[in-house]
Amino acid sequence: MAEEKKLFKVKIDNIPVEVEPGTTILNAARMIGGDVVPPAMCYYSKLQGSGGKCRTCLVKVSKGSEADPRPMPKLVASCRTTVMDGMEVANITSPEVLDARKGVVEFLLLNHPLDCPVCDQAGECDLQDLSYEHGVSGTRFEFKRRTFEKEDIGEHIKLHMTRCILCYRCVFTADQLTNNRQHGILGRGDHSEISTYIKASLDQTNFIGNVIDVCPVGALTDRTARFKNRVWFLKPVDALRECHDPNCCGKTVLWMRGDEIFRVTARKDKYGEVEAFICDTCRFEKKEPQDWVIEGPRKVARYSVISQGHYVGVHKPHETVAKVMDGRQPKLLMNIHTVSEVNQPTVDLSKIEGPAHSNDFPKHNGVQ
Amino acid sequence: MQTLTNRAIPVDRRPMTFWEKMYLPAIAKGMGITLSHIFKKKATVNYPEETRPFSPVFRGLHILNRDEEGRERCTACGLCAVACPAEAITMEAAERLPGEEHLYREEKYAARYEINMLRCIFCGFCEEACPKEAIYMTETFAPSNYARKSFIYGKDDLLIPDPKHPITVNK
Repeated sequence: MAEEKKLFKVKIDNIPVEVEPGTTILNAARMIGGDVVPPAMCYYSKLQGSGGKCRTCLVKVSKGSEADPRPMPKLVASCRTTVMDGMEVANITSPEVLDARKGVVEFLLLNHPLDCPVCDQAGECDLQDLSYEHGVSGTRFEFKRRTFEKEDIGEHIKLHMTRCILCYRCVFTADQLTNNRQHGILGRGDHSEISTYIKASLDQTNFIGNVIDVCPVGALTDRTARFKNRVWFLKPVDALRECHDPNCCGKTVLWMRGDEIFRVTARKDKYGEVEAFICDTCRFEKKEPQDWVIEGPRKVARYSVISQGHYVGVHKPHETVAKVMDGRQPKLLMNIHTVSEVNQPTVDLSKIEGPAHSNDFPKHNGVQ
Repeated sequence: MQTLTNRAIPVDRRPMTFWEKMYLPAIAKGMGITLSHIFKKKATVNYPEETRPFSPVFRGLHILNRDEEGRERCTACGLCAVACPAEAITMEAAERLPGEEHLYREEKYAARYEINMLRCIFCGFCEEACPKEAIYMTETFAPSNYARKSFIYGKDDLLIPDPKHPITVNK
């Protein structure tokens, strides 16, 4: 007979919830959902041991437990603190927490290059969302930001160490999903950086591509989709493929434009975490529409920039010219492709390995 | 019927007298009004030779700007295209190769950049959205043309000339 588990009663922002012992405050808040969920940059529910690095999920514990009602002296990281019976937590109701979160965002952005116009992650970046929602526009940092050279780690993954916030998610991913971790954190403190030891390639295992999905910023990006298009001009589509890898779920999101597949990612939930991990074959090599069974358009949150231009129930207007001209077809319609240099039907950007370069575009009147 | 104003004058329908039938005083009166306009300030300007001053907020034809070293500022971030209510702007991005640092300011640049001037409504949102100060609207009108295809403005139409590396146009 299964023993009846005692549930802990917790109050988060005065909303009561009953959770099992051992649950963290963050997960208890996610059971409530909505605005009381603290943001998290390093915690990832699918990766064991993640969390406790970024401090964005700081909350105030105003009552420790039923047995010991004293408040905790400092703000605690909610992803690493387990609940106690009768605990009372303040997240958005505490001005102290919101103020601390502003400070944390400023800390995270200390060395961040803010090259969002160049970065491929822009539009789906956790740090971008976080700083828009919680941050302040100014910084008090007066020193040079630390910079690193861009690195190709493997054929498919690009590392921009300058953008990294050292959340360790990719290290946990490589540890837990692949059997041979090739990269890690070198150095300590302000000098720490993600790197492979002397330019090793990451492509030796079939699941390393997931580090791209878990990266909350644009530090690890997909080289096959690098600079091809902005995320908000692509259409996310749920797709399915029968993958031979037993660990791969085959459920992905295709980022399409017309019939071209620019990028394949795993499906992410509302907390920006993948629903299930996918293998590198699905991610990097299957870029033909006939490889996939398309399930339908992906639901995108209304406030996301990715939802722009994606209308529901679109009715394409009928061509009326022939109707008003007694069935005659127009003779002088301009085909945009005869003039336009952009989106030429003969050039498939998604077919180019890696980012496009100046030699991929023919010169036109001596200008690129 | 109640009138809206008290300025209405009933039409005089009496038959014209002989003096009135000669129309001479009426013609003289009309010519007087016409000739008096010679001495008044003209409402028009001789357009190509003379232009009216633009308002400081006038939004005309776009240009793509370069930085002080003559490098293209645009990084093809797509913010002008996403801000454009008429969806007139399209672009294709490319990565800067080693050795092209004197041409492009950032590691990514717009290899293709087009504005469809038939679609553009000159609202200026692109100028406002640009994070790199790359696109500006000038005090120039889009020139008229008979062919629609001449209204698709590419990078060779939009980019300002580079003072350091003059472009040789060979059409």
